[in-house]
Amino acid sequence: MDSTTPATAGGFEPRITAFVCNWCTYTGADLAGTSRLQMASNVRIIRLPCTGRIDPMFITKAFERGADGIIVSGCHPADCHYNAGNYHARRRFAIFRELMDFLGVDPSRITFSWVSASEGAKWRDVVNDAVTRVRALGPFTAYRNMVVVQATAPKSSSPEHAGEGEGLPMQSLAADGVAPGASKEVTA
Amino acid sequence: MARIGVFVCHCGENIGRTVDCHAVAEGCKDVPGVVHSVDYKYMCSDPGQQMVKKAIEEKGLTGVVVAACSPHMHEKTFRRAAAGAGLNAFLCEMANVREHCSWIHEDREKATVKAIDITRTIIEKVKHNVPLSTIRIPVTRRALVIGGGIAGIQAALDIADGGREVILVEKGPSIGGHMSQLSETFPTLDCSQCILTPRMVEVYQHPRIKLYAYSEVESVEGYIGNFKVTVRRKARSVDEEKCNGCGACTQVCPNKKIPSEFDCGLGKRTAIYVPFPQAVPNLPTVDRNKCLLFMNRAKGRPDTCKKCAEACEKGAIDFDQQDRLITEDVGAIVVATGYQLYTIGKDQPKDNLKGYGEYGYGTIPDVIDGLQFERLASASGPTSGKILRPSDGKVPKRIVFLQCIGSRDPQKGMEYCSKICCMYVAKHTMLYHHKVHDGVATVFYMDIRAAGKGYEEFSRRAIEEEGAQYIRGRVSRMWREGDVIKILGFDTLEGEPIEMDADMVVLATAMRPQPGIDVLAQKLSVSYDQHGFINEAHPKLRPVETNTAGIYVAGACQAPRDIPDAVAMASATASKVLGLFANEMLEREPTVARVDEGTCAGCFHCERVCAYGAVEHKDIKDRAGNVVRVIAYVNPGVCQGCGTCEATCPSKSVELQGFTDEQIWSEIQALGV
Repeated sequence: MDSTTPATAGGFEPRITAFVCNWCTYTGADLAGTSRLQMASNVRIIRLPCTGRIDPMFITKAFERGADGIIVSGCHPADCHYNAGNYHARRRFAIFRELMDFLGVDPSRITFSWVSASEGAKWRDVVNDAVTRVRALGPFTAYRNMVVVQATAPKSSSPEHAGEGEGLPMQSLAADGVAPGASKEVTA
Repeated sequence: MARIGVFVCHCGENIGRTVDCHAVAEGCKDVPGVVHSVDYKYMCSDPGQQMVKKAIEEKGLTGVVVAACSPHMHEKTFRRAAAGAGLNAFLCEMANVREHCSWIHEDREKATVKAIDITRTIIEKVKHNVPLSTIRIPVTRRALVIGGGIAGIQAALDIADGGREVILVEKGPSIGGHMSQLSETFPTLDCSQCILTPRMVEVYQHPRIKLYAYSEVESVEGYIGNFKVTVRRKARSVDEEKCNGCGACTQVCPNKKIPSEFDCGLGKRTAIYVPFPQAVPNLPTVDRNKCLLFMNRAKGRPDTCKKCAEACEKGAIDFDQQDRLITEDVGAIVVATGYQLYTIGKDQPKDNLKGYGEYGYGTIPDVIDGLQFERLASASGPTSGKILRPSDGKVPKRIVFLQCIGSRDPQKGMEYCSKICCMYVAKHTMLYHHKVHDGVATVFYMDIRAAGKGYEEFSRRAIEEEGAQYIRGRVSRMWREGDVIKILGFDTLEGEPIEMDADMVVLATAMRPQPGIDVLAQKLSVSYDQHGFINEAHPKLRPVETNTAGIYVAGACQAPRDIPDAVAMASATASKVLGLFANEMLEREPTVARVDEGTCAGCFHCERVCAYGAVEHKDIKDRAGNVVRVIAYVNPGVCQGCGTCEATCPSKSVELQGFTDEQIWSEIQALGV
């Protein structure tokens, strides 16, 4: 296993936004740095005091702004610097995941994990796993097409993304979300 | 329009090796609002900091972004530098291009692109930063200590000796706690009362300690530096001003057969009583549940017995005394409520404990617990220090001690180790050996845990020099045949069952927090674990602080503790309290939540998610003084700045300063394609 995930030759490189808490995961990511653990460079970290501070709208906004994947990470249960912020985040996320699924966003684009301040290596794995997974899923263009394309047409409608899966929001809704859910119901 | 300065640090080679720092500085120049963007070898060095200061002054910067190491490393350094140049410290932020970029990537091109992204994100954030000022909260420099055992006594004395006033609240009629019941203490075998009672007197006489014995904490409001505590002074039925402690009342009381709590039921007391001769304060208390007069009153009958009042020359007995509520302002609270022993005999459905019926505690009179043995061995005890069987008063020639009763037993008791039992059982065997020379002491143990200064030597001495028989194993059943206790056990080293006769059995039972600790913890809004022990803020680095700022914890209410531990913790809390009281004003980081009074609808979702109880209700009144709306107000003294309220607020009316929605939106925006 290579410590960095190799980029597919000339292919798609996902953009991943990470929302992390200041006390555990941000410090854990610092430790990964101090330990010189090499990892994929696709992740941009936004530091928050606590995962409890994460408004689900941040995640939708990040998707809208072109993120292909999201990482949310905070203190382990019972380790929250603020007693219970991570529990609030966990509850919100449970519901938010359903919403994302319903909206046709593949929930595996969003990684939710606990990384403590001593888990630099775990942070590396979380980053690399997320990058590998999102790279396999391909670019997330649904929101960009809906919101950004009209405004800044030339950049996002570049030919390489045009023909790939989630072209239009309605299509993606049918392809990614509703259809599999419906078929599950039929089989069950 | 923002005027942002960007300062990119090479950190020697640390950043420069994998990130083209000059390219980062250049790449930030075209960001709207950036008026100054430079790179330098060591930004945190003195010349580097001077560069920042100079740029702030010369270019009139309204914000500073330092692209360097983690904010956990040097945020304070650069904020101080910015403040030194007259810029509000909170307008300076760090972009982490070392730990989160240069150190974890090898591809220089990708790392440089990422470093530019990181820096631009922070630039967008800083554009929305506003000047913040450190919050200053006044501090009431008086402390409340809850619990008058050795931990509470030590904390109170240390704080008072440090020059601050202390209010010491004790639930029972006297301070002293469990330590006053002990005979001698391990590992030095010095007399417990001899070392404790002088300290108790010191508390009573200290000019800066106000002692409220026979009192309980009724309610606690407020926050660090500004607590308002209501203390219920329970009615003693004795006027504290008039009573001179002569004891005439206790001698005439006709109800003399009440089991004494101090002697753990082995001795008797009267209905008006002083728990023990050295009690502090040395005042009698009328037990209203046992006093004939009050028992008659409860049944609606006229007062018959007033013998104590008649015997009192000072006229201090007051049967009509009522509980009084006293309010005190304090700035810090020390919780030192101590422990109780596991109740062995009974099923305790409320605590989900089954008890240990197989040991016959409560039915076989010669099966006692560790504290009862202390009372038997104590010179001030019911037998004046002679080891005598409770059943017939004979000297037991064969005594058996069982360790770990209720401790280390996830099935029926507590899964934790009670820490002190190994040592006090070793001590008990010695005390027994000193008093009954021809007696045999046998100990059933699981492991001997003697970690402490002089502890291992002490327990070895019990075995090697004082003749205690240690058997590794458990006892499964005990029953009485005649006046002999039959013991059925198993020796796990020999691998065979043991049958044994004993004259007396002592159970070393688990330490548990005092009953009612959950109610007190809720009043104080501090957290406690599944056993009821108060949680410390951090098990290693903040062992005497609780999660609530300004509330500290000492002694066995936090975990099983022996006397040296409890005293050390108490002194630690005192040093924390004195540190808090060193200044008249308490300074706090301004990263706290603030409510927009114009838009808050008063749904109080924020109140429900706040782990600190920082959200208060605020009345908005019209000119006539009528309340028109009730909205949320975040107390900056209590708020710790997690921001859960902001993410919860449906109307976006609360924002966490330093991490506002606007700032985070801008960061997300900056990452866009």
